[in-house]
Amino acid sequence: MSRESWLNAALLLALVVVPGWALWADEPFTITLATRAVIFALAAVGLNIALGMGGLVSLGHAVFFGIGGYAMGILASHAQNYTALMEWPFVIEGTKSMPVIWLVAVAASSCAALVIGLLSLRTSGVYFIMITLAFGQMMYFFAISWPAYGGEDGLSIYVRNGFPGLNTLVPIQFYGICLVWLCIALLLYARLMRSPFGLALNAARQVPARVRAVGLDPRRLQLVALVISGGITGLAGALFADLNRFVSPSMLSWQMSGEIMVFVIIGGVARLFGPVAGAGFYVLLEHLLGGVSEFWQIFLGLFLLAVVLFGKGGLVGMIAGRRRDG
Amino acid sequence: MSPILLAEQVLNGLQSGVMLFLMAAGLTLIFGVMGLINLAHGSLYMVGAFAAATVAGLTGSFLLALVAALAAAAAAGALVELLVIRRLYAKDHLDQVLATFALILIFSEGTRWLFGSFPLYLDIPEALSGTVTLPGGIAYPAYRLALIGVGVAVALGLWWLNARTRLGIRIRAGENDREMIAALGVDIGKLYTLVFALGAALAGLAGALVGAIQSVQVGMGEPVLILAFVVIVIGGIGSIKGALIGALLVGLTDTLGGVLLPELFKLFTDPASAAASGSAFASMAIYILMAAVLIWRPTGLFGART
Repeated sequence: MSRESWLNAALLLALVVVPGWALWADEPFTITLATRAVIFALAAVGLNIALGMGGLVSLGHAVFFGIGGYAMGILASHAQNYTALMEWPFVIEGTKSMPVIWLVAVAASSCAALVIGLLSLRTSGVYFIMITLAFGQMMYFFAISWPAYGGEDGLSIYVRNGFPGLNTLVPIQFYGICLVWLCIALLLYARLMRSPFGLALNAARQVPARVRAVGLDPRRLQLVALVISGGITGLAGALFADLNRFVSPSMLSWQMSGEIMVFVIIGGVARLFGPVAGAGFYVLLEHLLGGVSEFWQIFLGLFLLAVVLFGKGGLVGMIAGRRRDG
Repeated sequence: MSPILLAEQVLNGLQSGVMLFLMAAGLTLIFGVMGLINLAHGSLYMVGAFAAATVAGLTGSFLLALVAALAAAAAAGALVELLVIRRLYAKDHLDQVLATFALILIFSEGTRWLFGSFPLYLDIPEALSGTVTLPGGIAYPAYRLALIGVGVAVALGLWWLNARTRLGIRIRAGENDREMIAALGVDIGKLYTLVFALGAALAGLAGALVGAIQSVQVGMGEPVLILAFVVIVIGGIGSIKGALIGALLVGLTDTLGGVLLPELFKLFTDPASAAASGSAFASMAIYILMAAVLIWRPTGLFGART
């Protein structure tokens, strides 16, 4: 096994051992922290498909994260108020069932990614960054000024949504659900990387002209990547909303987009376990430094600068060395 | 909706447009010359506003406050360029985004640490605190009118700088071919620092001027930064003319949309829900404008065709 495989195995082991220890030591807060890290990692795996494989620097992934969150919030709030979501032309009821919410979250955020992708992929480079950021801000302001679902105050859900056969209010069981989703997303990422689609996407990032020359459309490949990426991040949003039992426009804010990007970059762009390392490190840093200083984000900023200026390839890159496929 | 109210809103739109122009002009200049996307431009806007509020609090002079805002933002810009930004020119956009995002965190938390979380207030100067009666009987705040004047003056000044001075020639040459002007003996490092400080000073000026009508607080820069991005996408990257037209379009769309859309919705639904949904859609108006421009001209109204 290469050093990166060892590192990946160690990270995966940590995802099982840490909460296991917390369960044994009766430290539910640690489990909640681990759940937070796993959900952030899932969102970042989503972004990594667009950013790492596709080379699409999207500063608007909070849109998908937030749409996933609101999918959960809207469906669950209708279910807890016993009101129908829609009465015409046919009745749609709210729901407290996680699988249905996940499905809606993935569908809604993929649709949003399709629309944003169709518009923003007309351009590239720095335009793409600014446009994704702008669409993110659009959704943020829309959520703030749309009063039906809490507006600026957000939506509180009193009881966590249910999953057949599990008691999701027990922290370790909810953690298990999130971990399973993270593993599925990582498997998908690994499969995609080796699939014809992933190879073509990789080529479209590096030399779009040659991809065009062999008869593929780089924009279409990037659009598909963005839709898959948005769907996964949307799923993470639904889980995050369920973790907090709360959704608010801050899930759609540009800071959130920046944070998801930070997870990917400090972990290692285009590395399978980069998002896991990045999100885990971020949550750890937030927890440790947040206890020391109210202004811990200064240190986060300095650390980020150091990663950009001196560290190549993020945490995974520093430990495991350069990627073999460049 | 009376014509006078409409005229007032048009003036408000122009005012917010010219202030956006000050931000967008600096961003587009920095991108055009150095090829750098600078997310921390909003932080320089905040630095200007805080410097102005502090100096105005100490001396009571608005003019000194403006000078302080220009100086502080330019100095912060030059410092950041020398320490960090300079190492980013050769890197890709992703690294630039992350590094300047890190700068936002450092600036915002640093300012919060120095000044606390409570907003500061910057008073409008005595001489401009009244209203002016314009032709047609429109009573309009003198300060806002002065902002429009400052914005137009800066736009003219930038045009003069760009088209008529040696520095302008160097800036345009730097946009076209940086190796060539370096070979001709222009100190490109110094030019970059100068351009960055100029852009920062413009942002600081905007922060101080707008700070007097809004509150001065941490995080005030980023919403303006994102609006400035919308302006640049609409106007075309690297074009100061595009930044001006784009900024006015965005300022007018935002202001008029906020007034007219709820009125428009009232034609269809009851007033309460019209106000709610009207303002919700008005908050999206400028982004819809941006999407429309993207469909029509993907590189912006005045951007280079590729």
